[in-house]
Amino acid sequence: MSWAAVIALCGAAYALKMAGALAASRAPEGDGVSARLDVVVVPVIAGLIAVQTLGEGRDVVLDPRVPALLVAGALVWHRAPLLVVVLAAGATAALLRAAGL
Amino acid sequence: MAGVHDRVLRDALSIGVATGVYAVSFGVLSVAAGFSVTQTCVMSLVAFTGASQFTFVSVMGAGGGVAGALAPAALLAARNGIYALSLGPVLGRGRWRRALDAHLVIDESTAMAHAQRDPADRRRGFVLTAAAIFACWNAGTLAGALAGGVLGDPRSVGLDAVFPAVFLALLVPQVRTRGALGTAIAGAAIAVLLLGVAPAGVPVMAAALAAVPLLVRGARP
Repeated sequence: MSWAAVIALCGAAYALKMAGALAASRAPEGDGVSARLDVVVVPVIAGLIAVQTLGEGRDVVLDPRVPALLVAGALVWHRAPLLVVVLAAGATAALLRAAGL
Repeated sequence: MAGVHDRVLRDALSIGVATGVYAVSFGVLSVAAGFSVTQTCVMSLVAFTGASQFTFVSVMGAGGGVAGALAPAALLAARNGIYALSLGPVLGRGRWRRALDAHLVIDESTAMAHAQRDPADRRRGFVLTAAAIFACWNAGTLAGALAGGVLGDPRSVGLDAVFPAVFLALLVPQVRTRGALGTAIAGAAIAVLLLGVAPAGVPVMAAALAAVPLLVRGARP
């Protein structure tokens, strides 16, 4: 594959990150702008969870990722450490897949 | 206080290890798509944004051409810009510091930063998570690129279910008000509704629109 392709990907990825960082540095300090921009992250992460749990290409599917997320949710609710949440979610999906689901 | 800091470090390492396993499959996929080991490693070092990298090498491997591969990859990477904007004071102030920090803005480092209740811990959460992932992501990429297809499907060990679980654990502490809960549910709904009709990357980014009512209300004195 050509190096031009690699450079194009690297350049685009960094430019998009830097554009946000530069915009953030232009925002006036101390008037709560950054505090308000915080709220944008909540729906984006929620959307990411939904797509990672239900998405299969462009389809919505129900597979072992769904019960795994429910197990994770219950553990988060009970304030389990992240490592426990991660292992339980992975184990749930792996066991259900091994069972043929 | 030391216990709190240990928790941040432990969480960062947990996420890093999971990401590293995923990086192995990126390395395998990239070499199979026709990229050299060096090119594969450069992508992980410099592009450093997982979903875009996977999409890019898949489309290139399928003969999609640079433009055809770059468009979906850039759409997926665009949310990093939104993240960088939201991180504001978490990113370093100096020019070089900020340029380096921008490179480290990805899903996981952003979610970890915002999940910290104490603002002083946000920077630490961001840096530790980014450092753990950077190390594991690049080591995993190299291992996968060198090893080739000897590894099994990461889905069989449930790795695809691990990431939504991580993000859920990092989202819950950020949902402190009824308004935030509403935006989270609306964001998830927008993303799912757009999944079938919009190109990859757009559904997750469009979820940001769910925050508009809160932003508009917050803008009024």
